[in-house]
Amino acid sequence: MIPLLKIEIFKIFKKPRTYIAFAVIALIIILIQIALKFGGKEYVGLMMSGMGDSFEEIPTKTILNGYLVCFIILNLLLIHVPILVALVAGDAVAGEANMGTLRLVASKPVSRIQLLIVKFIASVFYTLLLLIWVAVLALLVSIALFGVNWLGVPRELQFNVMEADDVLWRYALAFCFAAIGLICVAALAFMLSVFSDNSIGPVVVTVCVIIVFTILTQLQIPFYDETIKPYLFTTHMLGWKGFFYVKAVDGVTQKGSIENLSAIVKSAVVLIGYTAFFLGVAFWYFKRKNILS
Amino acid sequence: MKKIFTIVVAWSLLNHLSAQTPQELVNKIKERLEKVNDYTAKGKLKTNVVFIKAPIASVKVYYKKPDKMKIVNENGISFIPKGSVNINLAKFLSAAGNYEIVDAGKEPATGLRILKLLPSDENSDIILSTLYIDEKAELIKKAKNTTRDNGTYELEMSYGKYAIYGLPDKVIFSFNTKDYKLPKGVTFDYDDGAEKKPDDNLKNKKGKVEITYSEYLINKGVDDAIFK
Repeated sequence: MIPLLKIEIFKIFKKPRTYIAFAVIALIIILIQIALKFGGKEYVGLMMSGMGDSFEEIPTKTILNGYLVCFIILNLLLIHVPILVALVAGDAVAGEANMGTLRLVASKPVSRIQLLIVKFIASVFYTLLLLIWVAVLALLVSIALFGVNWLGVPRELQFNVMEADDVLWRYALAFCFAAIGLICVAALAFMLSVFSDNSIGPVVVTVCVIIVFTILTQLQIPFYDETIKPYLFTTHMLGWKGFFYVKAVDGVTQKGSIENLSAIVKSAVVLIGYTAFFLGVAFWYFKRKNILS
Repeated sequence: MKKIFTIVVAWSLLNHLSAQTPQELVNKIKERLEKVNDYTAKGKLKTNVVFIKAPIASVKVYYKKPDKMKIVNENGISFIPKGSVNINLAKFLSAAGNYEIVDAGKEPATGLRILKLLPSDENSDIILSTLYIDEKAELIKKAKNTTRDNGTYELEMSYGKYAIYGLPDKVIFSFNTKDYKLPKGVTFDYDDGAEKKPDDNLKNKKGKVEITYSEYLINKGVDDAIFK
């Protein structure tokens, strides 16, 4: 299994397209950091404009720090990273079929299940590397550029503030949660890849699913809120933010608290459930697939 | 009967004569506050506003006669409500400028003397100030201000070892909050199932900010640059 896994990882990182995702992420993050470095106060001012009526000077200088910049980046980026994950996971099986090497690979003295497991683990490895790349650039570089202070998280109807030493563990858990979400997307693209003989199809379909589901997640239409939204995996992928929603007593943040941990656990279970379903379908189909290419 | 009546009349007359006039009372309080030319105070600021969840912040409060006041965050994020610069009573009294004082009797529950201050200046931001005064201690315990722009706000003071200067150990500032709402398309909120409060609950709610002072440095000089 391990030599097979090494080969699959080698295949992924031999393709130039693999590095596109890393380059794109680096570019987006750097562009956001530059923008916030030079116009961050205005951005924060705009973000906090709802408070201007009740309070004197909004402390934009302290609100704008490395932790907030990281939160803003993740807020913008974690919708797009799944698309980049699909680029590789969607190509895992369909890419081989497209090149005409799938039959050859499948005829090796390994079972189809083993082959699929190894290919999925390789996709997960890529996904996690991408996430670590995001974490390094978004969190560590932002901290280096903007320093640290308390983190203020704007919500639709609330503003949650937490102390600086109460933040890093939240990011660690948020990245772990994001990994579960991205692996779910990888599983979807991987499942579609099994059905296709052309890698463009699974990538495009995965991207379309993410776009449509994200729009449905963000639409504020009560009919969808009660019927479709709770079942969309994109709704649950936002669960990483739950680690930054705090409990308060008399308006005072409770250090180390999470507003609704059970909701986050539920979202994680839903995502793991979806991942298991996508993989189950992929394995079931691939076992019976008549490989002609 | 006649005897009792005479005693009651004599007692109330004596009581009335011993009571200070409103102007005297205000002057005595002002005198006490005027002992302070400047101060620097360390404090803990607690925000209790319906749409904010924040830890208790460390602040430094600077004051310089006649009306310079600034609250600075020592670390972290804190929000200073509009009008809260009047947390300083000396500034509060001098800001009212020339005013008419109306004696409104005593608060039955606390026995605090109620004085209403009506600024003579038509352009004054404060329309009406109601002071609740502990006559014996010559300290303002509570103040309600109705302003032109920032609604009505209330100050509640508790005194300790700095009472001799008229400086409180704790100030509770109550004010009306305006509504806070950001577009969901900007925040991309995660719906964690927490009960969503209807918008009306966030509008025009009373917010509170508490400052508990731990240390005053009185009349040691404060640089003007701090207030810029």
